[in-house]
Amino acid sequence: MDPTLLGQFNQDNIVVEKLDNLINWSRANSLWYFQFGLACCAIEMMAAAGPRHDLDRFGMIPRATPRQSDVMIVAGTVTLKMAERVKRLYEQMSDPKYVISMGSCSNSGGPYWQYGYHVLKGVDLVVPVDVYVPGCPPRPEALIQGLFELQKKIKTETPLRKQAK
Amino acid sequence: MTFSKIQKHIESKTQSKISIEEGKEAVFVSPNNWIEIAQILINDSDLEFNYLMCISSYDKGDNKMYGVAYNFYSTNRQHYLEVRIEIEDGTPIPSIANIWRSADWHEREAYDMIGIVFEGHPNLKRILLSDDWEGYPLRKIFKEPDYYHGIPVPKDKSYWD
Repeated sequence: MDPTLLGQFNQDNIVVEKLDNLINWSRANSLWYFQFGLACCAIEMMAAAGPRHDLDRFGMIPRATPRQSDVMIVAGTVTLKMAERVKRLYEQMSDPKYVISMGSCSNSGGPYWQYGYHVLKGVDLVVPVDVYVPGCPPRPEALIQGLFELQKKIKTETPLRKQAK
Repeated sequence: MTFSKIQKHIESKTQSKISIEEGKEAVFVSPNNWIEIAQILINDSDLEFNYLMCISSYDKGDNKMYGVAYNFYSTNRQHYLEVRIEIEDGTPIPSIANIWRSADWHEREAYDMIGIVFEGHPNLKRILLSDDWEGYPLRKIFKEPDYYHGIPVPKDKSYWD
């Protein structure tokens, strides 16, 4: 008897699996991301969503509202004026929610670290970040790898049991 | 027309004093007669500066003097002119937003960044920064705040090196 999921499925159409894993599997493979671009990184995010890199094949589609999004990709320079809006949008997302910080600007302030009077020095000062994607801007492949890292993280969660704090 | 011809032409049309500085192709005027000279620039049939390309504002570095530079172009006559006004901090400059419409947002930006007050502007408020921002960030004496609406602004940048 083939012990893999596909083997079980082919044998008698019944799959035995933990509910935790089923939930994680469905969450990780339908990461709807918030269509939310702040600067030039947004162009790379659009390229990743477009036909050449095609995030749709991983079940990732852009949503234009925080209510329907699972992951917020902070793509670009977060100014102090925008930081409050970013925080509010994050709070409007429904659980479970994840944040990917894309590019140097949202990781640490990037080129505005030293002299930028108006730039937030890292989006992790206002929202909790799960995955940091370095680059200026990162190529779509880098963003896709960041999303894969997020999928790996989601698959280690235990949503039905209380998480140890 | 070349710069020196334009300068002489303006001087022949007005009683107001205009000056130049060595090595700079710019006409310096005082805020008091700026509106009068602006009317000459746009209405005179030999000048016809119908296009205000840019307004730049600058800090002279002594925490007292600030300046504004206007760049004009005539699409009919294909000639350029730079006009500069230098003032002490707090002295208002008459707004030219009613003469060249593009001056509206340029003057708001100069107000936002350097803090130059334009008298008679239709809507003089900050254009880029939030309305409750304190200080004018492109002044040499500007200091970053420690917190902005509760968000910390890191100051220790030593580990960058």
